[in-house]
Amino acid sequence: MSGGRSRLAAILPLLWVAVFFAFPFALVAKLSLSDSVLAMPPYAPRIDWSQGFEGVRAFLAGLDGETYARLVKDRLYLDAYLSSLRLAATGTGLLLLIGYPIAYGIARCRPGVREALVMAVILPFWTSFLIRIYAWIAILKPAGVLNAALGALGLPPVDILNTETAVLLGLVYAYLPFMVLPLYAVLERQDESLIEAAQDLGATPLQAFWRVTLPISIPGAAAGALLCFIPMAGEFVIPDLMGGSETLMLGRVIWTEFFANRDWPAASAVAIVLLATLIVPILLFERQQSKVLK
Amino acid sequence: MDPGADRTLSVRPQIGGIRDTFAPWEDATARPLVRFDHVSKAFGGVSAVDGVDVSIYEREFFALLGPSGCGKTTLMRLLAGFETPDAGRILLEGRDIQDDPPHRRPVHMMFQAYALFPHLNVAQNIAFGLKRQGLGKADSAARVEEMLALVRLEGLGRRRIDQLSGGQRQRVALARAIAPRPRILLLDEPMAALDKKLREETQFELMSLQQSLGMTFMIVTHDQDEAMVVADRIAVMREGRIVQVGRPAEIYEAPADRYVAGFIGDINLFEARVTHSENGRVKLASDEGLFEAEGAGPVGKTAWVAVRPEKITVLTERPADLDRDAPNVVRGEIHDYGYLGDWTTYMVRMASGRTLRAARANATRALDRPLGVGDAVWLAFQPTSAVVLTR
Amino acid sequence: MRRGPSAFNIASVALGLVFLYAPIVVLVIYSFNDSRSVAVWGGFSTRWYAALFRDQQLLDAIGVTLRVGAISATLATLVGTMAAVALVRGGRFRGRTALAGGVYATLVMPEVILGLSLLFLFVSLGLPRGFWTVTLSHATLTLAYATVVIQARLATFDPALEEAAQDLGCPPWKAFMLVTLPGIAPAVAAAWILAFTLSLDDLVIASFTSGPGATTLPMRLYSAVRLGVDPKINAVSTLLIGLVATGVVAAYLVQQRRRARN
Repeated sequence: MSGGRSRLAAILPLLWVAVFFAFPFALVAKLSLSDSVLAMPPYAPRIDWSQGFEGVRAFLAGLDGETYARLVKDRLYLDAYLSSLRLAATGTGLLLLIGYPIAYGIARCRPGVREALVMAVILPFWTSFLIRIYAWIAILKPAGVLNAALGALGLPPVDILNTETAVLLGLVYAYLPFMVLPLYAVLERQDESLIEAAQDLGATPLQAFWRVTLPISIPGAAAGALLCFIPMAGEFVIPDLMGGSETLMLGRVIWTEFFANRDWPAASAVAIVLLATLIVPILLFERQQSKVLK
Repeated sequence: MDPGADRTLSVRPQIGGIRDTFAPWEDATARPLVRFDHVSKAFGGVSAVDGVDVSIYEREFFALLGPSGCGKTTLMRLLAGFETPDAGRILLEGRDIQDDPPHRRPVHMMFQAYALFPHLNVAQNIAFGLKRQGLGKADSAARVEEMLALVRLEGLGRRRIDQLSGGQRQRVALARAIAPRPRILLLDEPMAALDKKLREETQFELMSLQQSLGMTFMIVTHDQDEAMVVADRIAVMREGRIVQVGRPAEIYEAPADRYVAGFIGDINLFEARVTHSENGRVKLASDEGLFEAEGAGPVGKTAWVAVRPEKITVLTERPADLDRDAPNVVRGEIHDYGYLGDWTTYMVRMASGRTLRAARANATRALDRPLGVGDAVWLAFQPTSAVVLTR
Repeated sequence: MRRGPSAFNIASVALGLVFLYAPIVVLVIYSFNDSRSVAVWGGFSTRWYAALFRDQQLLDAIGVTLRVGAISATLATLVGTMAAVALVRGGRFRGRTALAGGVYATLVMPEVILGLSLLFLFVSLGLPRGFWTVTLSHATLTLAYATVVIQARLATFDPALEEAAQDLGCPPWKAFMLVTLPGIAPAVAAAWILAFTLSLDDLVIASFTSGPGATTLPMRLYSAVRLGVDPKINAVSTLLIGLVATGVVAAYLVQQRRRARN
């Protein structure tokens, strides 16, 4: 076993993760305790290294939870928080309902076809995400493709762009491959003799599915749900482009605080709140990943 | 010692005869090729190899035999350099090789699942070690051809590995490991992936190859038959320790303890008390009768009389010329038998309720067996056919 | 599973694929629409493609995006290979949890948070934002994906092969280069392509960490989309889709042919 030498390979990746991942999070946490000021960079206090130890002490004394207090007082943040979680949860539920039959259907095909269908599910993912969302805008907008088609069929037009419905549609669309693939992975591996054994023992095909296939595929469903829920809760592009002005999600709030209001401490505080909410799902996801990749 | 010197490989097992004169381990002045000097190795507190002290000699075919998890593979990996001993030394030609990494050891290994490089063809696989030795292109190509001929794979040099059968892969792995002419070749369960028939063929091929190359082989196996067929000496391992080292016949006929006796072949054991012991002959007594066997044992203590099934004679009636106190005769009733073609094994239940095994060679084509279930029989064996075990 | 698909199975898969491909088809069709409006078919035209190649800003953005993608994907693949080797072959070591944690967390971390934190890093280091800050940020994002892809392949790669190479005289480093690397090469290539594509596609992290002169294509597209429908976007999209589809289908066919040959 070349364990010892292989460990040397960890040095650079660990440094990378420390510098570009761990340290930046510490900075976000620090900034969330700072105050917003009109300067560049637009926050205070900053450590005055020329003062030595005194400078550090002055800096620490300058940190406070004022920004968080602001978040709690302002109804807007709470609404954004709740609707982020609600939309992400609803989206995950819809994805499970839509993704499962697709993954199951693919797994039931014969080997050559299976791989081609998996390819077909992944292929859109390789094209620009923005462009695919843009395509939905072109379809859903009042004078768009959908309403043109409905009109041609003599049906009344629908106006769902810039509503939560559109956001959910966008979320389901964008994350569908991330739900289908982990589900497919467990369903494809499943030994067919298990189903035969269940039927041999008197189960109907439906019972066999319900009692054998479904329980076995739960790890895949859990992986898919986590893989979708966590990034969806912080999604920016979809609510921004498809949700109109009244759809509030935390990702969008962070973006607005940062780019429009130049309020770096507020953006940081919202990011920390989001992260704190997602930490449990993230840890669950990590545990599952390390189990899969052991 | 040119591995290609003898190209005409006959598939002819060399049992007895010349091989019996080969016994460097009995020569106190002989220098071992490899010496494990009280080597121990533990993984996470669990001992895998425990104080192994054994020597392997030039040109020897040495087998490490034991059940899975007995430490035999670890012992081999210690010699190859993939593990480092926690205690003890490993000497190669008298030199401690502790600090040599695997790639500097003139010891090559044939891996259990062969570990052939899938991205290289047959010839490139065989040439891999030669290239590392800095052998020139022409020399290397010539050696590869030589090796292909040796393992009877002429003309397959350009084949990809995934185009080969299991038996062919096995031979490529063998050729790859011997091509750089190692001082000792390690074979890790080399025949585990082959079916029974091919395995037997390969065993004999391996033996004649080893003989013609004059190379030292160390094989790891859990298959007692395999070890018995191929090896000059067998080391039986149990829980990290070597319990007995010896020629196959010694291991079989004079096992060191009940574990070895039971691991190799079938054995019948009678637990009895030693009543008399002198001149390599022991007399014992138990409820099952009186026994006499070869060996030595402490008088008054418990020992075991071990006798192989094929050394027991099955008689339908008590021989008239035997007196009442004759040893090594027990009475029983056949309660089952198994016809194996060449042999028939009888399961005989004694009055004590214990079952013995007795085997009879089916020397004639008699289809109507004279013995059947329920028949009362007498089992007898010679004192020279049985040994006394004290452990 | 091997039994044939039922009608329900076929319908689910077919509907799923229609859902996934409908918007793409609409885009491609309308990229050839002479009319500015999506709802009206004004006849076949390639004028948006012509307009696209006259838009210097857009072409510049494409150039930046490709360079950022290539460099960041190469960095991510290099570091990702090391991370994968350490995670699969390193056994238990101090820092393993931190490494695995960092890698897997990046996979699911909302991009807004990653972008914000990386921006703070560059500000605190006093690095001017631009080409290199985006490149490093993208390498950080895609490092996780590269690691997971290579790790999955490495986990099924027989470590005995590397031992065999060492046994035959290769020092460990050379054994890795001669045996393991060729063995995992397809996964390394796949990791690079995935990293490259993710970088091409990223809007959020680029918006946070980019600076003047380093505007990427997604940033351009985003502002164009915000401003309203611009048929030029349809044209860019169609070109990108064509490019990706050709690449992916070609890779798939090569793989199938190789498999058929075996």
